[in-house]
Formats: sequence, structure tokens, C-alpha cells
Amino acid sequence: MADQQNIAQAARKEWMGLLARAPEEALMALWSKFEAQPSFDWIRSPEVGGVMVRGRTGGTGAPFNLGEMTVTRCSLALKDGTVGHGYVQGRSRRKAEAAALIDALMQTEAAGDIRAQVIGPLSQQMQAAKTARAAKAAATKVEFFTMVRGED
Amino acid sequence: MYVAVKGGEKAIENAHAWLAEERRGSTNIAELSIAQIREQLSLAVNRVMAEGSLFDPDLAALAIKQARGDLIEAIFLIRAYRTTLPRIGYSNPVETGQMACDRRISATFKDAPGGQVLGPTFDYTHRLLDFKLAAEGEVSSAPESRPRTEPTPHITEFLKGEDIIQDEPSSDTIPGDLTREPMEFPADRPLRLQSLTRGDEGFVLGMAYSTQRGYARNHAFVGELRIGKVAVEMDVPELGFAIEIGEIELTECETVNQFKGSKTEPPQFTRGYGLVFGQSERKSIAMALVDRALRWEELGEDNLGAPAQDEEFVLSHADNIQATGFLEHIKLPHYVDFQSELELVRNLRREAEERIMPREAAE
Repeated sequence: MADQQNIAQAARKEWMGLLARAPEEALMALWSKFEAQPSFDWIRSPEVGGVMVRGRTGGTGAPFNLGEMTVTRCSLALKDGTVGHGYVQGRSRRKAEAAALIDALMQTEAAGDIRAQVIGPLSQQMQAAKTARAAKAAATKVEFFTMVRGED
Repeated sequence: MYVAVKGGEKAIENAHAWLAEERRGSTNIAELSIAQIREQLSLAVNRVMAEGSLFDPDLAALAIKQARGDLIEAIFLIRAYRTTLPRIGYSNPVETGQMACDRRISATFKDAPGGQVLGPTFDYTHRLLDFKLAAEGEVSSAPESRPRTEPTPHITEFLKGEDIIQDEPSSDTIPGDLTREPMEFPADRPLRLQSLTRGDEGFVLGMAYSTQRGYARNHAFVGELRIGKVAVEMDVPELGFAIEIGEIELTECETVNQFKGSKTEPPQFTRGYGLVFGQSERKSIAMALVDRALRWEELGEDNLGAPAQDEEFVLSHADNIQATGFLEHIKLPHYVDFQSELELVRNLRREAEERIMPREAAE
């Protein structure tokens, strides 16, 4: 039982993180094509705010405050009472709304469709962009070679 | 003394209208878009985010446009906007060891696991003006290799095994926040780092350079410099667990510094640390050098009276918005102040003349 809860929590953590990081255009392009747009009630309408990002001294030591980032959050409930939360990077209210709706739908029977039409393709696009950057970085890795010294 | 003075409304209004026109420049030239600034002047955007202390590339680009490219003015706009944002919360400390690195170099270990990855650097360019950029043209795409998937551990991790470098033991102490409480001295290291990361790049660079030239020299090597993206995670009360709320680009620099040991510490390497929003390499190296210089007391070193060792001096003057606010206010009307100064000097002169005159008359 606890295991199942952990698995469900890990899955939710993953899709919420993906939605938070997703470029707005990419998310909205996929979400606007999703046909079964549900109706909902706001629990908390979208609010733009700041989150203070922390680092650690020396990368591993005591926490310190690095600076803020913009975040938009909202909460809503579908007609069946399922609650969805949106926490997204940036200042887009419509992105936060889409994220909260997707979060709610992922907890319903629509999860399969959402995964196939939105979460899956979005994850692929973002992974591809990340891989492309990593591939360019890899091409700038220095391959050292040692010159033969003419002492013999 | 400040006295309310009326007048000048029309002149101010007209000045602002002219400012808007000058900002636009010649209308024969295409107007800059926010996206163009964000994409093509990204290092200016990064500096505004770092010193404005708010990670939001579109806002920083807008600020640069509004400020006509005056980066300190743009930073001022971001700082002002930042104060209007409700504070949603504090993130968990970012895991820079998990960074997706665009660049990662070490000046101390040639064969560091993960390798020397140069990234999109100005290093090794000839610093000759490239007139091809003056003409429009397509850019060919950068070459690619098989992306690395293995982790890129911090270089200092390797030295730690030998106990030959000072440790940075993890803690969960809640750090002070200078955006909430005014800074007090002595400031602890977390507060100093917060102040330095948002400090003026030129000032922090100058302070760092002074240590290299001999004012509290601390023999720094760049143990590691890495630039890339890290996820930001925050505990969300309504969920009861932490989620990623975004991803930010950071530059991290760790210096490895010579240390002869002290009464309490054996000879070992010590560390300076720089962590800055965006691709901000010069700033993060400078931050690490100044951080190390400010640690003289905890490491049992001598106070050499060097500016970079004086935390009150460094931290009180690092903020370019505080500095510019105080500096530039002296150009605003001080008519009444000056009127009283004028009276004072006139009186002093009159008194001085009266003291001299009777004596001359007597001779």
C-alpha cells in the first residue's frame, strides 16, 4: 500500500516537474490539440510570484540564498472533485492553468490519453533538446595527446 | 534637507517623451524585439538576471530594452519589479553536481573524469573584430558528438578522498536572507555569498583582481568551472512532497587555494566558491576569489588590512543599485541645502575679513 503510494507520488512528481520546466509554446501546442478539455472550478486562480533559489557553499555545504526565479501557481478542481495543481516556471497564467488541468486529468481515467497526446510527446521534445545540447558539448571535449619528446 | 518643490511637470513630461523617442532611435531601422535581445544578447540578459537577483530571461530582456542598454538601469528595473512579487517559497538547495554541463573545465586536473568540455566559450578566440558579423548571414550548426550520459562529479570530490582539501560538510541551517533582513556585520558565509552573487560584476572583479595583485593574495587555482542547467526543486505544502518548479542556467566556480595550515588546521587546500545565475564566468571566478579572501578569520589567517579582507567594505559597496541610488541622488535638486551652504560660506568670509581688516587698519 505504502509502495503503491510512493509509486503514484513519484509519477506525479515527474509529470509536474516536466510541466514546470516545459517551454510554454511546446506545452500549449500539444494541450490545445487535446480534444476533451474539461470544465473546472478555481480553488486558487493563477498567481505570479517569486521563489528564492538556494545553493550550497562549495556545492555541498551550508545552504545560501542565490536569488529568485519567477513562478506561477494555481489550483483547480474538476467537476468530479479531482484537484490539480499547477506550479510552473515563468509568468504565464495560461501555462499554469494548463499544467493544473493536466495534473488533475492525470489522476483520472483520461490519464492514458493525456500521456499519449501531451506528456509523452512533450517529454520527447524536451529530451531531444537536452540531448542536442549535450551532443554539442561533447564535440567540444578536449582530446589530449602527448607530443613525443626528442630526448632519446 | 528635503523640501517639496512644485514645478517642472511639463518639462519632465516632455523629457520622458523625448527619452521614448531616443530609445527607439531612427525609425528607418527595424525595432528590437524582446526575443531578439533574449536570444542574441544573452550574456547581457544573464548579467541583468544575476545582479537583478531574479531569474527570468524575458523580463531581463525587456529591462535592457527599456533601459536603452544601460545594464545598471536595467538591473534597477528588475530589482524594483522583484519587490512586487509575493514570495511563494524557498527552493531546496540546487544540486550542481547533477548539472547538465554545457561547459566544464579544470585548471588543476587535466584528466578529470568527465573531461575538459570547452562549451561555447570566448577563450582561444583571437579577439579580432569579425566583420562577417556586420553582414547578415546564416550560421552553420555546431558539430555534434555522442552525448555523454555518465555523471560529471565535482573535481573537489577527488581531493576529498585524500583529506587534502578542506571539507564543505552539508547542513540544513536556514540561511539569512538579505532581501528580508538588512545585512549586519559580521556576516556569515551564506550571507556573504548572497551579497556577492548579486553584487556588481565590475566591483567584484576589481576586488578579486586586488587579491591577485598582492592585497591578501591567496594563490587561487580554478579547480573547476562549470556552466549548465540545473533543476530547481521546492517543497509544495498542498502536495506534501517536493516537485521541480523549473530549470535555471548557472555558472559555478570552485577555486583551490594554497593554505599553509594554522594553529587549528593542518596544511591543506582551502576553497573559494562562486555561483551565479546564467553564463557568468568572469563574475563567478571573481566571486570565488573574494569569498576566499573574506574567509581569513575562520581559517585563522592574518588580517593584512587588505580591502578584499574587509567584509564591511566589500559587502557594503558591492551592490550597484544601492551605490547608484546614493551616487545619483546628488544630481537631483538640493537648492535649499545649497542655499544654506552659501549663507554659511558668506558668513565665514565676512567674519574672516573683519578679523583681518581691523588689524591692517591698526598697522
